[in-house]
Amino acid sequence: MVLFLIASGLSLIFGVTRVVNFAHGSFYMLAAYLAYTLAGALPLGGASFYVAVALAALAVGAVGTLVEIVLLRRVYRAPELYQLLLTFALVLVVSDVVKLVWGSENKTGPSAPGLTGAVRVAGQLVPTYDLALIALGPCVAAALWWLFYRTRWGVLIRAATLDREMVALLGVDQARLFTGVFALGSLLAGLAGALQLPRVALTTVMDAAIITEAFVVVVVGGMGSVPGALLAAVVIGVIDAFGVLLLPRASLVLTFVVMAAVLVVRPWGLMGRPEAQGRSAGGTIIAGREVAVPRALIVGLAALLLAIPPLLPTFYVWVLVEILAFALFAASLHLLMGTGGMVSFGHAAAFGMGAYGAALLVRWATAPMLLALAAAPLAAAATAVVIGFFCVRLSSIYFAMLTLAFAQIAYAIAHQWYDVTGGDNGLLGIWPARWLASPVRYYYLALAASGAGLAVLAVAGRAPFGLTLRAARDHPRRAEAVGIDVRAHQWLAFVVAGFFGGLAGGIFVFLKGSVFPESLAVAVSVEPLVMVLLGGVQSLAGAPVGAALYKLLDTVVTRYTEYWQLVLGVILVAIVLVFPRGILGTLGARGRG
Amino acid sequence: MSPRRTLVALAAVVVLGAAALGAAQTTIRIGEINSFSGIGAPFTGPYWNGVQLAIDEVNARGGVLGKKLDVLKRDDKGQPAEAVKHAQELVASEQVVLIAGTFLSNVGLAVSDWAKQNKTLFVAAEPLTEALTWSKGHDHVVRVRPNTYEQGRMLAEKAGKLKYTKWATIGPNYEYGKRAWETFRDRMKELKPDVQVVEERWPALGKIDAGIEVGAILAKNPEALYVSLFGSDWITFVREAKKRGLFDRMFVVGILLGEPEYIDPLGLEAPEGMLVTGYPWYDIAAPAHKDFVARFTKKYDKNPVLGSLVGYITYLSIVDAIRKAGSTETDKLVAAFRGLKVDTPIGPISYRASDGQSTMGAWVGTTKLDAKRGVGIVVNHEYVPGDNVLPSDDEVKKLRSGS
Repeated sequence: MVLFLIASGLSLIFGVTRVVNFAHGSFYMLAAYLAYTLAGALPLGGASFYVAVALAALAVGAVGTLVEIVLLRRVYRAPELYQLLLTFALVLVVSDVVKLVWGSENKTGPSAPGLTGAVRVAGQLVPTYDLALIALGPCVAAALWWLFYRTRWGVLIRAATLDREMVALLGVDQARLFTGVFALGSLLAGLAGALQLPRVALTTVMDAAIITEAFVVVVVGGMGSVPGALLAAVVIGVIDAFGVLLLPRASLVLTFVVMAAVLVVRPWGLMGRPEAQGRSAGGTIIAGREVAVPRALIVGLAALLLAIPPLLPTFYVWVLVEILAFALFAASLHLLMGTGGMVSFGHAAAFGMGAYGAALLVRWATAPMLLALAAAPLAAAATAVVIGFFCVRLSSIYFAMLTLAFAQIAYAIAHQWYDVTGGDNGLLGIWPARWLASPVRYYYLALAASGAGLAVLAVAGRAPFGLTLRAARDHPRRAEAVGIDVRAHQWLAFVVAGFFGGLAGGIFVFLKGSVFPESLAVAVSVEPLVMVLLGGVQSLAGAPVGAALYKLLDTVVTRYTEYWQLVLGVILVAIVLVFPRGILGTLGARGRG
Repeated sequence: MSPRRTLVALAAVVVLGAAALGAAQTTIRIGEINSFSGIGAPFTGPYWNGVQLAIDEVNARGGVLGKKLDVLKRDDKGQPAEAVKHAQELVASEQVVLIAGTFLSNVGLAVSDWAKQNKTLFVAAEPLTEALTWSKGHDHVVRVRPNTYEQGRMLAEKAGKLKYTKWATIGPNYEYGKRAWETFRDRMKELKPDVQVVEERWPALGKIDAGIEVGAILAKNPEALYVSLFGSDWITFVREAKKRGLFDRMFVVGILLGEPEYIDPLGLEAPEGMLVTGYPWYDIAAPAHKDFVARFTKKYDKNPVLGSLVGYITYLSIVDAIRKAGSTETDKLVAAFRGLKVDTPIGPISYRASDGQSTMGAWVGTTKLDAKRGVGIVVNHEYVPGDNVLPSDDEVKKLRSGS
């Protein structure tokens, strides 16, 4: 039921504001820690715990409100995806704030006074606290139902979920509506977090543990649907319970398999409705004109990249190689999300499959390094053919979440298939051939591969293929009406993006010498997303700019402080506020303006 | 940024880098890579305290080879690829003489493989995987802490003397959990051929559904349970297990679970009567150790945990190796570590020539609540040196030829 609480808040926020709120898990974590401190500090005896839960939920609701007013409101006019970047920055900040205030040691919260025992239900001992939570779920659902169906505010919320442009046209103050929704959503996340105190350990990574699962529940239920979230939370809970018993080794991915199955059958979730418009996870990408980067600048930069490495200290050469890999990785994602309007939360699948494809060839076929590197994009593209087949049938957040599901399934396979992939101990000894092993030589190989990939992506974006993708992105129905096979084009784009994402993974694996399931993790999917947005989603050139900026910031900040998340998060917030359309997007808009 | 400005900026980087290179080295630099953020964060802070204590003491005595030690600390964020990046930086830009640290097994393996490729010495502090020194072992890696195999075996030697034959296990769905169990189980079957396994549970790391897991274990009615959960999974499991009376119904063995890292956060919710490996810092009689605890507590105003001791011993070992080598050249350090003897607060340990594994042991004992301090402690404990449970040099040779 805790899952229902957090998911309903998330669903509500997305439904109305279209903000993909990565920070929702952070609110949950923050409330848990706040309640922990309050429960220990309040002098109310047995009631302390319950008062602490309520206070923590309210406090986090207030924090959410503040975030909406102070930060999100400033970027509503930017393409909606930029709010995602902002919430990602918040995740980083909150994580380190919690670490600073409460320390990183695990903590055990108090039990709920009066609800510490267990009763026998159908032969099984069930803790009374769990029963109380189960009872609380429908109560909260009923309260929300009353709010949505019996108050004017609720009517507006429902209307905005269906068609918020129309609501705005009717003269409803959107800003206040959004603030209210954000407050309520954060409050629900806070309540969920605080109520976990008697059940789980407090850790500084509990935000990441809950957020993906909450998204799964939201998507299975249908974005914006609170009854859907309730139904999905129950369904996922039950399937999890049986799955853990029947297929224990599949417990890593069970929820994702369920989600994939639901989305293939019901592309809008169990109780969701097709959206009035919009294709990408964060709503439509208002593309405008592509920002033109002067050719002289590109040529100059290329010359610099060719000339400078032998003069650089070794470590900076390694950093440049990493940037090159991620520039290509981000650019391949740009083809999907920028040109194609398909935001993927699972692009790590391409990167990881490329890395594993090369590593497996080296490990099991002792393939020469260049052959293995060449196989990386092919392995990723082959995977993308399969994943794309299912995913391009969906749109918006459902597309994004299905890609995430497939990436998670790939992660689980890499993690579990010990005999082949080495499981969590990974594959070691994947180093470049001897004649390419020196940093500068490997750099030139990476530069050639990444440069060629970027060039092909640039050409593809301007070719009829890219233009067709844009047509399909901006108006799928009209595109179909003029005889374009939208799905086929999107599928092809998915495969091409997979191919170059895989090449990036190949470059990366020989840089690091080893590969682990982490290369398929959610964080690896989020990184290129952040890079593309940082650079500017309007133009392919934004991807390498974002990659370079992000990697350099990360490298420098991590080098000097343990609290890199806090520093990096604050810098990202500042960048988003100053460049609300990404670096190139904002510069381009200013240039034209 | 215009190309010209970029060029100027890059040129500045080059000049600064060269200047740093040119500066005379008056200290011995050591690179420390560890998971100061992410999943390892709860355990690496106290480890770092131990490292600093060792470094401060050594430097106060004038350092080693007439130079002071300078430890450069980098955060791998719990990611192997990130750790490799730091290794590249520390060796290429900072000229560290060796790399030390790491907590997570996969990070340890990634750094170890990098060290092998780049002929740099890696002194692994805490990663537990056996692969590090055996199947993936090489000349350029040594490890301080007793590995999964050793600790599983220590527990089996004790548990094998008890009456229980019907066993179940629960552990994280990771190599660590699997190997912790397999080593224990295999030794148990040697000691007690009638041991049978009625249930194995492998919840995903960090995502345990504890209520369901407890129910599944209770349903099979085992006489004893072997647990390799740790961190937040273990806390969550304890809470659900207590509500359902699991600890009253079976004998529980827990690998690592007597370490303050894992038992302290539970406070008075820690289960009593468990057979565990741990670190009873409050109850080790050796004067050298008492003194270590006093110095640690004085400096940090908190008690040491096992990681603190490991951090301290790791850097003591590094200092002794440099002294023995009389040099900071990698080849000489590698040679010095083979068979190196180190006097530690818990007595002498040595680094085996065959695999680089230290002979540091662990304490095996029974958990009990200490109402005064408000935490669980380990009583009736016995220190088992690594030598008692480590495989012979011949067996190591076989293990290492596998890859």
